[in-house]
Amino acid sequence: MLYHDVLIVGGGLAGLRAAVGLCDKYDVGLISKVHPIRSHSIAAQGGINAALANNPDSKDDTWEKHAFDTIKGSDYLADQHAVEIMCQEAIKIVYEMEHWGCPFSRFPDNTIAQRPFGGAGYPRTCFSSDITGHVLLNTLFERAVFKGVKIYPEYVVTALAIDNGICHGLIAIDQLNGKMVPIKSKATMFATGGYGRIYYYSTNALINNGSGIGLAYKSGIPMKDMEFVQFHPTCLIGTNILMTEGARGEGGYLVNKEGRRFMEDYAPKMMELAPRDIVSRSIQTEIEKGRAFDSELGKYVHLDIRHLGAQKIIERLPGIRNICIDFLGIDPIKEPIPIMPAQHYSMGGIDTNEKCETIIKGFYAAGECACVSVHGGNRLGGNSLLDTIVFGKLGAISIDEYLQSNNIEPDEKLLNNKHSEVEKKIQKMASPKGEKPFKILDELRKTMSHYVGIFRTKDELQTGLNKILELRERYKNITVTSTKLFMNYELIGALELEYMFDIGHIITLGALLREESRGAHSRRDFPQRNDADWLKHTLAAYGSDGEPVIYYKDVVITKYQPMERKY
Amino acid sequence: MKGDIFTFKIFRYDSSEPEKKPFFQSYNIRVIPGLTILMTLLRIRDELDGTLAFRSSCRSAVCGSCGMVINGKIDLACRTQASSFNSQTIVLEPLPNMNVIKDLVVDMTPFWNMYEKVKPYLIRHTPDPEKEIPQTEEERKRIDQNVNCILCASCYGACPVLSRDPDYIGPAALAKLERFALDSRDERPKAFLEEVNNDKGVWGCDTVLRCIEACPKDVRPTDSIVGLRKTLVKNKLKKIFGKEKDEN
Repeated sequence: MLYHDVLIVGGGLAGLRAAVGLCDKYDVGLISKVHPIRSHSIAAQGGINAALANNPDSKDDTWEKHAFDTIKGSDYLADQHAVEIMCQEAIKIVYEMEHWGCPFSRFPDNTIAQRPFGGAGYPRTCFSSDITGHVLLNTLFERAVFKGVKIYPEYVVTALAIDNGICHGLIAIDQLNGKMVPIKSKATMFATGGYGRIYYYSTNALINNGSGIGLAYKSGIPMKDMEFVQFHPTCLIGTNILMTEGARGEGGYLVNKEGRRFMEDYAPKMMELAPRDIVSRSIQTEIEKGRAFDSELGKYVHLDIRHLGAQKIIERLPGIRNICIDFLGIDPIKEPIPIMPAQHYSMGGIDTNEKCETIIKGFYAAGECACVSVHGGNRLGGNSLLDTIVFGKLGAISIDEYLQSNNIEPDEKLLNNKHSEVEKKIQKMASPKGEKPFKILDELRKTMSHYVGIFRTKDELQTGLNKILELRERYKNITVTSTKLFMNYELIGALELEYMFDIGHIITLGALLREESRGAHSRRDFPQRNDADWLKHTLAAYGSDGEPVIYYKDVVITKYQPMERKY
Repeated sequence: MKGDIFTFKIFRYDSSEPEKKPFFQSYNIRVIPGLTILMTLLRIRDELDGTLAFRSSCRSAVCGSCGMVINGKIDLACRTQASSFNSQTIVLEPLPNMNVIKDLVVDMTPFWNMYEKVKPYLIRHTPDPEKEIPQTEEERKRIDQNVNCILCASCYGACPVLSRDPDYIGPAALAKLERFALDSRDERPKAFLEEVNNDKGVWGCDTVLRCIEACPKDVRPTDSIVGLRKTLVKNKLKKIFGKEKDEN
């Protein structure tokens, strides 16, 4: 049976950073369902936050101020000790990435350039034009090549082998060779990204269906704060491709049908650079009040960057310009960009602490699939790339500590049992009578976008929840064309779909129970934040009857007392 | 639903059943304006044929998964509109110069092997400073074009040299090598370029610019190859005339 001391699942920034941190000392295997360079980290545009104080306007910036902005941005749901760790680490990891070759944009004094971003008191977002995720992922992949990390590309994890609170490895489908393989390990880390594709309107890549999160949940690891779903304000109509917050950081305007910069009604001080939850709600309100443009592709407002001038757009925002040209035939130098809010990021995820540990020994999680929580109710732009690399690094350190003090032999029999469980699951899909998965998925995605969106009410959430449970029933009777394991994307999609109902279920249930508005969770029927009752994390555990068990955990407060959130 | 019926003729082959010959399979599907080749492929797999294999992920031309030959031209399926051809028949084939694994999915192992050959990472001997390694905006800009590469292998598929010599290192790897050779922070020895100072390296290129034409991100590998050739010639001349020390 294949064995690695450590298995990392996910080849994005968090997974690669963890692998690079462990591979000198341990036998590490990195499993990724796409080639690591195709991971969704590649699509991040705007930048990564660190209080380097390079910008002439941010000479007195500090990691404490970064922490304050992050906590305020989180609507005080973030665990403050974890935020403090992340913001201190930020400075180290940005320099580390630079030393490893990351080509950051530069200031005239030859330091790393920094731009303003939403919800931040200082311009502290380090960037490389508008392809920051691309350059960081390339840098970390290059580092992994340099270190000779063993990569299993196009392997899809189908089961975790957990027994008695200890993780012994996993089962994966090797798509290129058409085989299912059990792999033993002493420690396993999930860095499997978010679940954006359970929404109809999402900026996420097709691979981001949350299967890692869902698999962890069904394997008995609790989820945290799943009702907090980030909707990015500026996504291209039609395709919902992300238009970076950097466009507003560089000075872009949001303009309604009346030609007015409507953010003055919602966040008069920070205007377009208010945090994402606030800007998304503002756009949604403009749409509902009839002040948005209408088109076949949906209602939209304008992101106008024309006044920045051709030179600045070409230098600082070339990526989104090309996307506009390729996908809408619009050149933002000459025309405003039609945008709408769409699902973008999951603040919630696998319940971890600041060391990436979970309740299962030997099982860790980092990056978007995890919830430490450093983002609380709303993540600030530029903090997600940061989260991935910081917690990839810290996760590696805690795995090292664990392996030094524990020596549990992985249980082969357990892995063999899991292996046959998955085989049985696949054989069940061979029945020719069932329903094809795509229709059920389509309905799930529409349900999530329609009933569990930017603004929520009890009735809508309840309707959404009932619909999800209906779809979950229908899933039991799905069928696929072939059950061969070789390059069978339909089968992989069908297997991953199982988890999408669970994720939808716990997001919606958490949202229904949380009778307040905080960060990205906005209840029309409970419009105020309610610290007395709800300053706490929602936990959802997979119950013995297959239904979620909800409980709550206190938020860690260090020195930043909750106050009203105004921008 | 509006839109016209298109015929997609798609290359089919399954390397796990090598006794079956490759063939083209036709699918008729209604295409609404604005629908990309990738979105159409996803619909074909969902609704018409669950066995169809192609790679995809970001659907926004940044991840490099979906390079293929579309009506004879190499491009990313995700950024190509189905209605952008003067025809309602669209022929899809896998990228050339690599073995087909299944349908539109090719084995990119040779591409990655060549990539690894150029040591695609920053090499330094000077200890790292506490903060960033200083770099001017101008120095950073020098590698702009190379940095944009998404490693989609479109250039690798388009390269006429690779079609006759699979040992040729190929355009993407050389563009990557130049990305590091031009980086003001990189300290790889000059002799490193000697590794590609041969017919399998920079001198193998036909300079017919097919890679530039095929690149979806406006990277210009031929320019990199010509640039590396010039550097090699310069280094040689300097060696001959003993000027090595005068210029860095």
